[in-house]
Amino acid sequence: MRGNRTKTSDSIFYDPRFRSFVLQTVLLVVIVAFFAALTYNTVENLARNNITTGFGFLDSVAGFDISQTLIPYSSDSSTFGRAFWVGLLNTLLIAVLGIVLATILGFIIGIGRLSSNWLVAKVSGAYVEVIRNIPLLLQLLFIYNAVLKALPDFRDSIVFAGGTLLNNRGLFLTRPTIEVGAKPLGVALLAAFVLGTLLHIYLRRRREQTGRIIPAWPFTIGMLVVFPVIAMSIYGFQVTWTPPTLGRFNVGGGIEILPEFAALLFGLVIYTAAFIAEVVRAGLMSVPRGQLEAAAAIGLHRRQALTLVIIPQATRVIIPPLTNQYLNLTKNSTLAVAIGYPDFVQIFTGTVLNLTGQAVEVVAITLAVYLAISLFTSLVMNIYQSRLKWGQR
Amino acid sequence: MTAPAAEIPEPPSNGIAYVRRTPAPALSPPAMQVGIVGWLRAKLFSSVPNVLLTFAVLAFLAWAVPPLVRFLFIDAVWSGADREACLATGNSGPVGACWAFVRERFSYFVYGSYPVAERWRVDVFFALLAFGTVWLGWLDAPRRGLGAIYFFVILPVVSIALLRGWPLIGLSDVDTSLWGGVLVTIVVSAVGIVASLPIGIVLALGRRSEMPLVKTLSIGFIEFIRGMPLITVLFMASVMLPLFVPPAWSPDKLLRALVGIAVFAAAYQAEVVRAGLEAIPRGQYEAARALGLGYWRMNRLIVLPQALRITIPNIVNSFIALFKDTTLVFFVGIFDFLKTIEVARNDPKWATPVTSASGYAFAALCYFVCCFAMARYADSIERRLGRAERR
Repeated sequence: MRGNRTKTSDSIFYDPRFRSFVLQTVLLVVIVAFFAALTYNTVENLARNNITTGFGFLDSVAGFDISQTLIPYSSDSSTFGRAFWVGLLNTLLIAVLGIVLATILGFIIGIGRLSSNWLVAKVSGAYVEVIRNIPLLLQLLFIYNAVLKALPDFRDSIVFAGGTLLNNRGLFLTRPTIEVGAKPLGVALLAAFVLGTLLHIYLRRRREQTGRIIPAWPFTIGMLVVFPVIAMSIYGFQVTWTPPTLGRFNVGGGIEILPEFAALLFGLVIYTAAFIAEVVRAGLMSVPRGQLEAAAAIGLHRRQALTLVIIPQATRVIIPPLTNQYLNLTKNSTLAVAIGYPDFVQIFTGTVLNLTGQAVEVVAITLAVYLAISLFTSLVMNIYQSRLKWGQR
Repeated sequence: MTAPAAEIPEPPSNGIAYVRRTPAPALSPPAMQVGIVGWLRAKLFSSVPNVLLTFAVLAFLAWAVPPLVRFLFIDAVWSGADREACLATGNSGPVGACWAFVRERFSYFVYGSYPVAERWRVDVFFALLAFGTVWLGWLDAPRRGLGAIYFFVILPVVSIALLRGWPLIGLSDVDTSLWGGVLVTIVVSAVGIVASLPIGIVLALGRRSEMPLVKTLSIGFIEFIRGMPLITVLFMASVMLPLFVPPAWSPDKLLRALVGIAVFAAAYQAEVVRAGLEAIPRGQYEAARALGLGYWRMNRLIVLPQALRITIPNIVNSFIALFKDTTLVFFVGIFDFLKTIEVARNDPKWATPVTSASGYAFAALCYFVCCFAMARYADSIERRLGRAERR
């Protein structure tokens, strides 16, 4: 408490607010200077290489071919902007299919690891350990180059029942064309689906109020069978099957599944499933054993205990890391570049960038797209999670 | 535990015993419940679905394992000079893995195109790195603080001089475009960990800072990078970095990729470290403050040593992810281990139907052994820390 002490601690340099203000100002100046230098250099370098800036290139004709297009696209009339959408849709296609299949496989393996069956538990464990410890890129290259490319040439295609062809150019399925009765069939299926969902909601509410358990799925499956049969018998139904045909140089007709697509899908599903299995296992193990015993004590049998007691509690633990795995799968789908599947990065950040030289614009758009995807996913998952917080103390 | 046994009365004098004086020999347990049979019944055949499952898995193993063993070992070709050795001839039956190819290209897989006369420098680098790794990884090693300085300061400087060359002391220049194989994979992952850990710590502290600007910038950087696929970060580094600097400074290909990897890894490392910081009880912070420690001394002396210690398993796990991710430098034209496999398997000298599968099998084995070993190491640390917690 001597005078000079008080003086120093009163000094403005020891005021935390002043210090934080100075530090942040310095940081701001450094960052602004850093970005200014980057911008200056970039502008200089672009000017030196005679690269014009701006997004006008999106409207010029692309002039390159894409092997898989979900929307109409042709190399001589479509624009770079169109190529952007083709690539984005291809990425979303692989991401959605991959997420669905990886979730199914991952849950099977994750539950398998906790199985009382020793063999099943060990095989599931070995799967997880092997797949998680090998880089995804290596797995993709292996599936594509050593498995799918080693399939026979299209002249010696493997022919399955129903005319399906398998060769090193892909899988060619028979294409069904519904000649008569497509619309009534669609309406019938939709009606069965909607009614089934409503029934499920109703029975669930009833169960929560009265405790009576009536499963909804037998009715739903019944409707899904009966409604289309009624529709087909009233309005008639006729399908023509067009099997793929072996031409001289190519395979004609049928639905073509590219080997690149198959390799990427298999690779992503196999790899991500191993991680999802671990997420599921951790989630199920997080539910205390007492919960299972309590469920047995109040007379629930094993399946009811799982669906009514264990899974709802495990879900809350599982959702956040599961979301992470979904985002990882979407990000990993960019490895398509290695095997030539025309995903967004391959088409846009690869081909379009090389053809136009518009590095800054193309990279900016790429960043924006992936940012949008990950923000959107986190948003959806946050909403889902906040709805799931029922009963949490 | 139990009350002392009552005294056993002596048998009556007429010699007729009413009380058994020794316990009857134990019956052996039911044969169906113990031993191999009991184990099988409990673990494999406890119910009808379990029996079906067991047989399904056995059928799958019978289908998958024998061909794999045949390919990898029985039918494999272990020696030979070129593709002739690994081609199926009329009478010898199917050909398995072509290990002769892996043996012949082995030094290429390790060193890439690094000049043969200078490869001892790479070996020295491997040895120095292994030394540093053991020093830091072995928790009971002496002077681990010195080990950290060795690993994060001395080793990088020595390695650059050693690998890149330093003509002043007689080490000739070796251009990074000649580097390849395991060397590049290890350099990239080592740079990833050495650069990402300090940056990650700073970012993690920044994210928990009370200064709004510092906090916003840290969160922005971390979330931005974590939202990107690594490929786009690498593309960005390889396409944009040359635009960002004056032409005279334009970094070479490897350096660009290293910057990309370091930035990417730092964002992930920041979240790992943050989890560790958040696990430290508030009382520790308050106690440090009460002792009169400032922000930096509090973090350096109290918080970080505890936080980093409990984070070691997660740091190792994120390093495993990084190690696998280094394969992606493939896309920006750098010859890492996987890329050398790709190049070698496309070499006409070894073009056979089994070359690709052999090369990939070898690469998979190498990656698996490294990653699995690191994962076990992380587990053992975790168990050890768990023991310390329980004490």
